[in-house]
Amino acid sequence: MSYSVLIVEDEPNIVLSLQFIMKRSGHDVRIAEDGEAALAAISEKQPDVVLLDVMLPKRDGLSVCEAIRANPNLAETKILVLSAKSRESDKDKALKLGADDYITKPYSTRDVCERVNALLGIEGCPTAK
Amino acid sequence: MQGGLVVVASILYLGTLFAIAYYGDKASSRGRSITKNPYIYTLSIAVFCTSWTFYGSVGLAARTGLDFLPIYLGPTLVFAVWSVGWVKILRICKVNRITSIAEFISSRYGKSSQLGAMVTLIAVVGTTPYISLQLKSIATSFEIITNYSGETSFINPVLTQYGLDTTFLVAMALAIFSILFGTRHIDASEHHEGIVAAIAFESIVKLFAFLAVGFFVTFGVFDGFADLFNKASAAQLDHLFVINPEGGYASWATMIILSMLAIICLPRQFYITAVENTDENHLRTAVWLFPLYLLVINIFVLPIAIGGRLAFPGGGVDADMFVLTVPIFYGKSALALLAFIGGLSAATSMVIVAAIALSTMVCNNVVVPALVKMRWFELDKRSNLSGFLLLVRRASIIGILILGYAYFRVASGSYSLVTIGLVSFAAAAQFAPAIIGGMFWKGGSLKGAMTGMVLGTLVWAYTLLLPSFAQSGWLPISLIDYGPFGLEFLRPYALFGMDGFDNLSHSLFWSLLVNISAYVIGSLLTHQTTIERIQGTMFVDVFMYTEGLKDPRFLQGSASIGDLCDLVGRFVGEERADKAFRDFAADQGVMFRPNLIADTVWLDLAEKMLAGAVGSATARVMIGSVVKGGIVSLDEMYKILDETSQAIQYSRMLETKSRELEETTAKLQAANERLKELDSLKDDFLNTISHELRTPLTSIRAFSEILSETPDVSDEESEHFLLVIRTESERLSRLIDQILDLAKMESGQMDWALANVDSRAVIKQAVAAMSGLIQERKIKLRVDLPAGMPMIKADHDQLVQVMVNLLSNAAKFCADPGGVIGVSARVRQGQLRISITDNGEGVPKARKAAVFEKFLQLNQGTDQMPRGTGLGLAICREIITFLGGAIWVDDNPAGKGARFSFTVPMAKVDGYLAVEENTRDDRKDPAVI
Repeated sequence: MSYSVLIVEDEPNIVLSLQFIMKRSGHDVRIAEDGEAALAAISEKQPDVVLLDVMLPKRDGLSVCEAIRANPNLAETKILVLSAKSRESDKDKALKLGADDYITKPYSTRDVCERVNALLGIEGCPTAK
Repeated sequence: MQGGLVVVASILYLGTLFAIAYYGDKASSRGRSITKNPYIYTLSIAVFCTSWTFYGSVGLAARTGLDFLPIYLGPTLVFAVWSVGWVKILRICKVNRITSIAEFISSRYGKSSQLGAMVTLIAVVGTTPYISLQLKSIATSFEIITNYSGETSFINPVLTQYGLDTTFLVAMALAIFSILFGTRHIDASEHHEGIVAAIAFESIVKLFAFLAVGFFVTFGVFDGFADLFNKASAAQLDHLFVINPEGGYASWATMIILSMLAIICLPRQFYITAVENTDENHLRTAVWLFPLYLLVINIFVLPIAIGGRLAFPGGGVDADMFVLTVPIFYGKSALALLAFIGGLSAATSMVIVAAIALSTMVCNNVVVPALVKMRWFELDKRSNLSGFLLLVRRASIIGILILGYAYFRVASGSYSLVTIGLVSFAAAAQFAPAIIGGMFWKGGSLKGAMTGMVLGTLVWAYTLLLPSFAQSGWLPISLIDYGPFGLEFLRPYALFGMDGFDNLSHSLFWSLLVNISAYVIGSLLTHQTTIERIQGTMFVDVFMYTEGLKDPRFLQGSASIGDLCDLVGRFVGEERADKAFRDFAADQGVMFRPNLIADTVWLDLAEKMLAGAVGSATARVMIGSVVKGGIVSLDEMYKILDETSQAIQYSRMLETKSRELEETTAKLQAANERLKELDSLKDDFLNTISHELRTPLTSIRAFSEILSETPDVSDEESEHFLLVIRTESERLSRLIDQILDLAKMESGQMDWALANVDSRAVIKQAVAAMSGLIQERKIKLRVDLPAGMPMIKADHDQLVQVMVNLLSNAAKFCADPGGVIGVSARVRQGQLRISITDNGEGVPKARKAAVFEKFLQLNQGTDQMPRGTGLGLAICREIITFLGGAIWVDDNPAGKGARFSFTVPMAKVDGYLAVEENTRDDRKDPAVI
């Protein structure tokens, strides 16, 4: 079966690259460009993993994270925060709010792929090489 | 002669030296320098003449005739012909406050502390044989003068019991003497005037002593030169007067080249000639006086050698000691004592200067950088570091002399003085490609220099140092005869079967061949970082930049002047720092107020003073640490740009590069922590820069990796991905350009070209620049300018930039489709006001003031538009404010949308406001609409 991944990110080119990586791993991909749209997409259909940017229009990523964790029905949904903020304190804050993992931009594509799969309980990461 | 008398004479002599040094320092601190004098300077350069010259030349002349000469021809050539090179070196040292050869090289190649440490290591290893030569000559001469007649040597029985000897005593005495001399206080960047004075005095003593012996032999023993040479001919010593080099002419050429490189590259020569120079004009004297000194000290070499050969026909007496043994033979004890003191002065001058130069290098380029790296040591928090640094230097001096002694014990017993010296010359020559290349070739890179130097030194060690151990029996002699493991082509004296040369030429040939090739090839193949390029330009074009090219700092630090003074004080002593800071304030005509936030000028002063005490690379880190990274220099900004452009070229190297970028970003963020407490605006700014830089970089990296790791990407996709990489790179470059522009404007370092500008021409040019985009997006542009547009006082290009930014914003945010942009102008109260309207969504009331802040972006418009940097309006505001106008935004009075307006003062011509004579109505001008 394939897993459902929600990419929440406002930079079109970063969305494009994440989409490519996730599809290569065989996941279903949906996209939300801001915090409000993300919550709407989640209530429409519960994703397995949310790739969540922090600096988002309308509602920031950390607040989205908090909202997801406030809903007990979404306990199964994994949250991977992708952020250009690289301080330890930023990371701690995200993890405290219930994120499952935190990756700093710029990231390695392999790292993203492997960490998503790790959250899903899949071994390794398919690459062409 | 009695040992006691000799010891007393030696101590008296050294005491005199000490007194001279003390007086020299006192005079200099009272502002009556005795060494700011071209003759003293030249005499101090004569530290080149060591016991090698004093004793060794005669020994060599007695064995092979004129072969002693090339070692002095090289330096003569360098001084006579290469004075331009010297001036350049002096200038570079002065501008960069360079305190040693290690600093010179590391500074040239991007202030690399690794390179500095390596040069130091090579210098220490290379100088060791040279120091051992001095120890050997002092010990031997001491034993000869005290025990000439007897068989037993003057060795302290207690010492012998521990396996030590006179040489060890000499080494320790010299160590103590060098410590007393060279490390009384920390001030490597200032001049050691006392020492220079003492060294100059030593040059006079050794010259005088040598000439005295020469006169005695020529006119006392013989009846002038003619008689001496006749007697020599009669004894069949003619072969000594003609040039008949032992190793063929190749060996003469080698010696000349070697000594040319040595006079530049020997750490102590570099130190005395370049670091201790107080005035470039002194070189004018040195270029003729130093060669003259060399000539004079060489006149009597041959006569003394012949005198020795005739006095000791049996050959049982070491020719290296003829200067001493000939006077003893003729019963002239006083002359012998003078000769001994002369030899002592030749040796001590070398050891003192070498020990000071090397200990400074060990301290600044090895120990301090290592301590800075050890976080737990918390170097920047310690007080009273000057005592600690002195301790390090003293310990290094003792260490260096012990090394010299060890080499003496291991290897130098079986060699003549000259042979030992040449081993050292060949080591110093390994610095030449990096130094000379670095002065004239901007392309020389860190990796090239490093590789060249390491390989060259390894070849030197293998072909000269290692065999010297083998010949002394510390390694199997078969190594020389049959090569390691019996591999004949690896014989150290005949690499790859090359055995036509003498050992020295052979080693120099291979080591310099490898060194230069690696330097050139390595430099051509590797990419220079920006700081390397900047330093390269600073060195090669030093004369162009001599008038203070400061690296423009782009945010001021948050340390106070007092903080800086304290930091500097810990290294150079509180009083000294305090005085320097007060003097500096007086120079600048400002009050010394420790509570003020330090600006660039003060940071510069502190960095330079620290550079004197701990080296430039470390100083930079230190200043960075006290300001808590609050300075982001252009260097660092360039670094980011640099790394990014490489990422595009070498997508595979991207990972390393982004790690480096992460480090830089980490620094930026470390800077935030402190800045936040003081200035939240600056904090946000840095934070945002970091974020803004990472965003395009994320896409660049992701797609580079996708492209390199996924072979089955379709052509169409890969083309799209490459386009993304390109546009994101362009965005990054644009961002950095604008950050730099803004920084220059904010710090007042922008070069403005103010003139009377035709306002109509400005608008026309901006409209023309935007017309492509406007037509493409089918936007209707209305330009409504009154007749008689005024001349304005402005910078034409910058004003066009303002117009272009506002027009491109309007184009981005106007309605789509059906976009309408209006440009209008009006003159009121000596000001020209220009307005640009669009029919987009408008700017929400709450954000009308904020849109001019850095990195504040409203929604991004449509996907076809290039993404903005968030700096356009901030730059507009900087420009307009500078020009004395105002800029603001309100609602478009004609309905939906925003109106951006700005004012610029009109130009005054002959006291009147100037208005163009042209009264055309531009609404009908097709070129504009």
